[in-house]
Amino acid sequence: MLLNIKYFGMLAEITNCNEETHEFSKTSVNELLAELFRKYPELEAKDFKVAQNHEIVSNDSNITAPEIALLPPFSGG
Amino acid sequence: MNRYSRHIILSDIGLEGQEKVSNTKVLVIGAGGLGCPVLQYLVAAGVGTIGIVDFDIVEESNLQRQILFGTSSLGENKAIAAKKRLQDLNPNVSLITYPEALTPKNALYLFKDYDIIVDGSDNFDTRYLVNDAAVICNKPFVYGAIYKFEGQVSVFNYKDGPTYRCLFPNPPSEGSVPNCSEIGVLGVLPGIIGAMQANEVLKMILGFKSVLSGKLYCYDAKTTNSYTLKVNKIPSEIEKVHNNKDAFEDQKFNIACNHSEDEIHAEKLLTMDNIMFIDVRETHEQPQLTLENCIQIPLGMLENRIDDIDKSNTNIVVCQSGIRSLKAVTILKEHNIHNCYSLKNGISSIMEQLKII
Repeated sequence: MLLNIKYFGMLAEITNCNEETHEFSKTSVNELLAELFRKYPELEAKDFKVAQNHEIVSNDSNITAPEIALLPPFSGG
Repeated sequence: MNRYSRHIILSDIGLEGQEKVSNTKVLVIGAGGLGCPVLQYLVAAGVGTIGIVDFDIVEESNLQRQILFGTSSLGENKAIAAKKRLQDLNPNVSLITYPEALTPKNALYLFKDYDIIVDGSDNFDTRYLVNDAAVICNKPFVYGAIYKFEGQVSVFNYKDGPTYRCLFPNPPSEGSVPNCSEIGVLGVLPGIIGAMQANEVLKMILGFKSVLSGKLYCYDAKTTNSYTLKVNKIPSEIEKVHNNKDAFEDQKFNIACNHSEDEIHAEKLLTMDNIMFIDVRETHEQPQLTLENCIQIPLGMLENRIDDIDKSNTNIVVCQSGIRSLKAVTILKEHNIHNCYSLKNGISSIMEQLKII
């Protein structure tokens, strides 16, 4: 499946883009993250949540929709 | 009621809605980038009682975005400086200032007197503290957070909805998110996010159905893109907070900003030579520290008076409670003055020792 992945906050600074497409042939969020960590090793040290189709999902869920977002917590105020 | 006429003529608000606004008590945590616009709009809207919690003081670098303050506020406590401006904006609002840090010790006591909490804090310790205290006290809170050009808004713990821990169960690992240091922020961004927080407060007061609960709104000021995500409730995360209720006041929330190596206990001073005290309180604060080896530089002026500090001494920074002094130590270290410590618990801890020194 061709995924569209959005990166927010400091994650976009690591990937150097706000969004990109990614061809994915495996099953779970964890497997997708393993691929992204290979591509962007610095991502692995960051805390973030994954959203699929505009909904936060756990990392063991399966990828069923092409719309993915990686969302870090912000602390600034 | 002429003041509120533009609200009252809106059929979705009316006199009845405006009365609800006047009868509500809102507690705002932090009078900084987010807190300023939140306070400004809620005070203008005539919210009956507003509490302001902030231990920090106004610095020149705040003025680019913290719009309640002016040059004349420099060095003043933010809660108190905000009240001065807000009282003129709307004298009908009862403003209560808490010029202190939100801690596990005071959070439950403060929250119980208010209907809605607004989180305008600038660190994860306080954010998790706000969440847990709101869950324990069963109060909804409006979350807002910013990073450079991006912001997040949500309403948590509203009508049995998800909490902040349902989104991010635990604070991020130390150092993974820039936290204590200044990383830069577009000045108008907290204005936008804070105004949205104020809007969510009014929506809750007025009973609008579309409160931003169970959703996280993300905004990018650079692209003007927004993105809304669904956040589901995780009952086990909420239960953990409730189960921890009894231990709450003893919890250590300072996971990210550990300053212990910058602090010194009063009794240790007795064994030290070449001490210079730097009193960073305002000149009117009591008790006065009348020692020969003491200079007074209010925190707001510290950066401009760095040259007055003798690096060959051991500089002991003193304030009322040990919070401003900790901030001063950070500033001094940034200016390569490393032989300095913040006096833990502030001036009261040395008044006894001083009789000996």
